[in-house]
Amino acid sequence: MTDLTSMTIAEAKAGLANKSFTSLELTDAHLAAMEAARSLNAFVLETPDQARAMARAIDARIAKGEGGPLAGIPLGIKDLFATKGVRTTACSKILGNFVPPYESTVTSQLWRDGAVMLGKLNNDEFAMGSSNETSCFGPVVNPWRREGSNTTLVPGGSSGGSASAVAALLCMGATATDTGGSIRQPAAFTATVGVKPTYGRCSRWGIVAFASSLDQAGPMARTVRDSAILMRSMAGHDPKDTTSVDIGVPDYEAAIGKSVKGMKIGIPREYRLDGMPTEIEKLWSEGAAWLKAAGADLVEVSLPHTKYALPAYYIVAPAEASSNLARYDGVRYGLRVPGRSIGELYENTRAEGFGDEVRRRVMIGTYVLSAGYYDAYYLRAQKVRTLIKKDFEDCFAKGISAILTPATPSAAFGVGEKGGADPVEMYLNDIFTVTVNMAGLPGIAVPAGKDAQGLPLGLQLIGRPFDEETLFSLGEVVEQAAGRFTPQRWW
Amino acid sequence: MNVSVKPGKLIKGQTGDWEVVIGMEIHAQVTSKSKLFSGASTEFGGEPNSHVSLVDAAMPGMLPVINEECVRQAVRTGLGLNAQINLRSVFDRKNYFYPDSPQGYQISQYKSPIVGEGEVVVELDGGKTATIGIERLHLEQDAGKLLHDQSPTMSYVDLNRCGVALMEIVSKPDIRDSEQAKAYVTKLRSILRYLGTCDGDMEKGSLRADVNVSVRKPGGPLGTRCEIKNMNSINFIGQAIEYEARRQIEIIEDGGTIDQETRLFDPNKGETRSMRSKEEAHDYRYFPDPDLLPLEFTQSYVDELKSKLPELPDQKKARFIEGLGLSPYDASVLVAERESAVFYETVLAGLADKARDGKLAANWVINELFGRLNKEGHGISDSPVSAAQLAAIVDLIGEGTISGKIAKDLFEIVWTEGGDPRELVEARGMKQVTDLGAIEKVVDDIIAANPDKVAQAKAKPQLAGWFVGQVMKQSGGKANPQAVNDLLKAKLGI
Repeated sequence: MTDLTSMTIAEAKAGLANKSFTSLELTDAHLAAMEAARSLNAFVLETPDQARAMARAIDARIAKGEGGPLAGIPLGIKDLFATKGVRTTACSKILGNFVPPYESTVTSQLWRDGAVMLGKLNNDEFAMGSSNETSCFGPVVNPWRREGSNTTLVPGGSSGGSASAVAALLCMGATATDTGGSIRQPAAFTATVGVKPTYGRCSRWGIVAFASSLDQAGPMARTVRDSAILMRSMAGHDPKDTTSVDIGVPDYEAAIGKSVKGMKIGIPREYRLDGMPTEIEKLWSEGAAWLKAAGADLVEVSLPHTKYALPAYYIVAPAEASSNLARYDGVRYGLRVPGRSIGELYENTRAEGFGDEVRRRVMIGTYVLSAGYYDAYYLRAQKVRTLIKKDFEDCFAKGISAILTPATPSAAFGVGEKGGADPVEMYLNDIFTVTVNMAGLPGIAVPAGKDAQGLPLGLQLIGRPFDEETLFSLGEVVEQAAGRFTPQRWW
Repeated sequence: MNVSVKPGKLIKGQTGDWEVVIGMEIHAQVTSKSKLFSGASTEFGGEPNSHVSLVDAAMPGMLPVINEECVRQAVRTGLGLNAQINLRSVFDRKNYFYPDSPQGYQISQYKSPIVGEGEVVVELDGGKTATIGIERLHLEQDAGKLLHDQSPTMSYVDLNRCGVALMEIVSKPDIRDSEQAKAYVTKLRSILRYLGTCDGDMEKGSLRADVNVSVRKPGGPLGTRCEIKNMNSINFIGQAIEYEARRQIEIIEDGGTIDQETRLFDPNKGETRSMRSKEEAHDYRYFPDPDLLPLEFTQSYVDELKSKLPELPDQKKARFIEGLGLSPYDASVLVAERESAVFYETVLAGLADKARDGKLAANWVINELFGRLNKEGHGISDSPVSAAQLAAIVDLIGEGTISGKIAKDLFEIVWTEGGDPRELVEARGMKQVTDLGAIEKVVDDIIAANPDKVAQAKAKPQLAGWFVGQVMKQSGGKANPQAVNDLLKAKLGI
């Protein structure tokens, strides 16, 4: 059984194709692993009956020589994706037991390609958080622990359930979403691979919205190749999402192993923060050295507006969120806490339904959009955003193929350790990742090493718009050099 | 100050004359099969919540997709208003909480509307016109409808109308009295109906107006305005302006000041009353909708739509005046409603000699037909007399087969019994008698029988009218009046 869950998607595809095992066996192995790992709190809803039914159906198709690029592969789905007939809550009390009568475009493409759904994965409430501690279902536990310590660590967020489940071998891959780093930061914290595609690459239709101009779905998996396989099924133009882009989906897997010789890789000097831990510095230099060894040219570049990215992000994202979350009002679906007037119903419902972090962001967002503050905050933040985008454009215009940075400023931290007194402490986790969302670019986080306490660390590669392929090629070079990291099972 | 603004009727107060300054925001429902951002039907009168898509109900993860037909209609309307068409416009979110707005915001256009400045020429009494400037036109979503009468303890909401496309057409403050205001709405409605971009049905709420009213001493600085919301009748708009202007004048003349506020018109009492003050005004927190890209199209798209626009009322009116010699008044009456113009043009098409009888046909459509329709409460669409029948009647007059008087009898028969006018004239012997011999015999008989009248007529020629009447009476009105006159003059030697 263990063997079945520790395979990569690529290996499992081969095994299914040559009939070494069935999808049902593969699915059962994962369902058993999920049951044994409930202490991680990665899944908020297990769907074993549906999983087995899907596995049986796909086994029948495989037997007939049909199937699809993901035929029989069991996956976990972040609870932000609407799944038809299956409870979808965005891990917020306000959605209660909401069961959507529709399937998100991204997940429907996964099922089209033969994947099997194991269940819904935990995340920060409405994807607002960097530690998966804001979920109404409680925090997710990172399968990684510091050496010689039993301290419970966070898996990062907001896609903490996806990261934890993939790292702990509970599913072969998972869907995730990334608004400011929600795929790449948890990937770095759990030694998994996370891809934030170019804005517009994956349809947002059917994904609970956090900040529409920043949200993007992407895969989490255990290898660069697996993430490339998943990306191909998740990506694509969708007429139901006007911001999705009508560009053909390449065979991302074909980019794995392609030579990176002669590629110019930028090392942005502004990402070298004061007081950055030496192990992060060391990791970054190592990454650069691996790429150089593979034939790439390392070039120092400047992204001068980097320091404004985080403050600008924490204006734009809450502004959009304050409006996107207005629909959760207790009138049509989800939680309703009655009141004597419609105003009271709204207030009671939203006060009880939203957690602290969501309320904080709704208030910040409402404030920055208010008459008299709009120009000073929102408009200014949008101008900063344009400058950040231009920084990258200038860089790419000089022939830079991709930019290498650390994925996070530190390794995973303990549950309850950060942000209790000052939320900004938590927000600083996104310092290396938000620029990518602000500029709408693709980014990948790849495991690259461990810190002194034995916790995984990741590197981030940032690419040109719609050039995820280069990121897969480069990511695989890092992966080959760094090796793969698997947590010791303790749960 | 716009120099082309037409002065309006001033209102007399205790301290002298006052001028009213009016601007209007018209909400016109776009004629389209589906809603502005969803595929749900726009049909009126369905079961509550039967035309609601997942997008309209603001389900989690749903996204708006622009309906291109609504864009097309907005551009066509802009062209009909001689307005600037903006090749790039932006949809914004107007944020507010209310159960008629499931998203918690209305998608509208705030800073960059699809249509910019334009103008409308409106018809005033006595054939005068005024030009009213258009500030802008933008597209936005309509809201749902709350139902408060279904339960003693709860309110219900019907989302059928939620998300239907509206064009908000904002005028410049160029309107100066209630007559101009009514004429403006009438004309705008007419243009929209000609274009087929809004059905203009005010009773169903397809066309609603918010009216901004302020008063000032003629030529003085602008006063504080009040906005009268949601007017759905042209007459009420007139009444509301009259009331509101007088209310403001009284307050100012009593030493008070006008509070900027939103007011509602109560048609039963004929007065406006306060709805909310400026202090209670919402902060809508407008910002560009991140779910939608800016709306962009090319000039050739606009040119293509322009080339296919139908003839609009002003153009039609000019053609009627220049081509057919109609009076500006008659032309205005005929073009005011698209259906009337279509009817008249169908009559024209059925005439044997348009140049000769076009004007006569206009008189018949306006005076006989419209008069009768109004009297009996019919619309032009259910007129008992068809355009072809009316054309036949006009033909019969024009060619001299029947007199105008007989034509009225014929019209009555066609109205009540129907039938082919030409056959009716034949079958019922209504033809005008132009046979001089037959008329002469009647004239001779009457002269012979009334020597005293002959003597009187010779002395006083205007008394010859008595003979005309007698001849017409004996001929059953069918004698050609001109022939009768000529014969009488000759025989009586006058």
